[in-house]
Amino acid sequence: MSNSTTSQAFLEWRQKKTTKPTSEKVIEFIIKGAGFSSIILIAAILIFILKESLPFLLSKFDFKEFFMSTEWYPASVVKIRYGILALLVGTVLVTVISMLIAVPLGLACAFYISEFCSPRMREIYKILIEFLAAIPSVVWGFIAIMMINPLIINTFNVPIGLNILNASIILALMSLPLIVSVGEDALRAVPETYREAAEGLGATKWEIAIRVLLPAAKNGLMAAALLGVGRALGETMAVLMATGHSIQIPQSIFEPGRTLTATIAAELGESPKGGEHYQALFAIGLVLFILSFAVNLSADYLIRGRRK
Amino acid sequence: MFRPSSHLINKEIKEKKFKNLLSSITFFLFLPALIIILWLAIKGSPVLSWDFLTQDPINGMTAGGIFPTIVGTFWLVVLSVLVSCPLGVIAAIYLSEYAADNTLTRIIRLAILNLAGVPSIVHALFGLGAFVLFMKMGTSILAASFTLAVMNLPVIITSTLESLKAVPHSYREASWNVGASKLQTIRYIVLPNSIPGILTGVVFSVGRSAGETAAILFTGVAFYLPFLPRSVFDQCMSLSMHLFTISTQVVGVPDAYPYATALVLILLILSVNSIAVILRSYFRTKRKW
Repeated sequence: MSNSTTSQAFLEWRQKKTTKPTSEKVIEFIIKGAGFSSIILIAAILIFILKESLPFLLSKFDFKEFFMSTEWYPASVVKIRYGILALLVGTVLVTVISMLIAVPLGLACAFYISEFCSPRMREIYKILIEFLAAIPSVVWGFIAIMMINPLIINTFNVPIGLNILNASIILALMSLPLIVSVGEDALRAVPETYREAAEGLGATKWEIAIRVLLPAAKNGLMAAALLGVGRALGETMAVLMATGHSIQIPQSIFEPGRTLTATIAAELGESPKGGEHYQALFAIGLVLFILSFAVNLSADYLIRGRRK
Repeated sequence: MFRPSSHLINKEIKEKKFKNLLSSITFFLFLPALIIILWLAIKGSPVLSWDFLTQDPINGMTAGGIFPTIVGTFWLVVLSVLVSCPLGVIAAIYLSEYAADNTLTRIIRLAILNLAGVPSIVHALFGLGAFVLFMKMGTSILAASFTLAVMNLPVIITSTLESLKAVPHSYREASWNVGASKLQTIRYIVLPNSIPGILTGVVFSVGRSAGETAAILFTGVAFYLPFLPRSVFDQCMSLSMHLFTISTQVVGVPDAYPYATALVLILLILSVNSIAVILRSYFRTKRKW
């Protein structure tokens, strides 16, 4: 009998102990709310961009013209046309060319820092990577105009140095820190036992790198490249300043072009709020959002896939 | 006596070549950063002086100093950190201490990743649609700082999450075992032990927002203002935007001016980042686990 009352008292005591006071409940509610903030924000970004571009998408939007025509004349007096093909090609060109430069170099660098460097040098290189990553895009754009521009004119003997090549070089330099650091993480995630096993079989570091690490870290390295693509795709100020700003499909890398991001940055200021041109620019924003979303999702998929 | 076969010698040579190739690639990748800073310093130093930092731009921004742009950048950075820091830290606490390993948490992680990958100009569009127009803040420091805060949120969440996870689980268990609630454990055990890491992440994000241009382009930054901002509802100038303006939009700016502006911007960001690096290495040596 007395035994049961004791346990009753204990249960009550425990109950009191485990029910939280109201203040604690409120705080935990706030913490939960903040936890969901990123979902809310990403949804809000989509909703607001849709909201501003919807009138255009519903009335003037013509899928064929929008994606297949190179004629972007939002302020034409005769006939207003919204074709983003040239801008899309510009974005794809600078992204692809910059990645052709940055991915091999960046991965080579990641290999060196992860496999060959002394720990001390690794720390120094990591700090340098952080510094390189910290240079703001507008400064890169300035460098494109003042440094790369004359360099291209003199080396290749072409009339203008603000072109696809210039923007690609700048983008390559800008996305390198990201590629190197993500690539290095991927390489370091390969278990040490893999290296030891290969070394035990008499493999040199070069053989380990190519035959063991490359296949083992393949997904992570591809994710590094994809994140670089995402970075290059969304870059605005630097490409705005470096591409030379002409709406056309470039015939060579020495011709100027224009990207999706640069178009928004250059034209939004002068388009009247709520007007058709303004809404069309938001529609471009929507295209960019979807593109970057797809790239990031695939990068995440690659990284997760590796962990499983 | 052991004599390496020609096969082994070839391997050795190949190995050396490979290593040299990689090390020279790495070296040359970091060379540009050094060249750029040196080159900005050389070209910009003629106009860089105390007056340049403390005077207003005059004659249509072709002479004078950059004082209002520094003030504007300061406003933007401080306000945006005030918004993004608490929100980001609390969100990270949720993810590290509360979130169960389920689909919802996975969606939150994906959202953070995507938020970090959204192009800055799309953030600008969002800021324009949400803060400037929908919330009727107008183009103002407030709207621009909010936009920057949204941009920085994933950075702060990720770095905070990392430092929260670094606190050993045994610390939490010890705290629970003496009867502390979950919240008390977070407040008195987890946060104090991870403050250094959180701080480092926040300082890095300060450096990032100081250089951002595209996101504040349409939300609160003006090309030129004859007066300093008086409240958060005014527009302001910013260092990054000023560099864009005088290097592309204004004719007749003496060459050294944009160089000096770029130099000031880079030095500002590098010094902020150096603080973060120093903080990190200082706390690393003091770490208890």
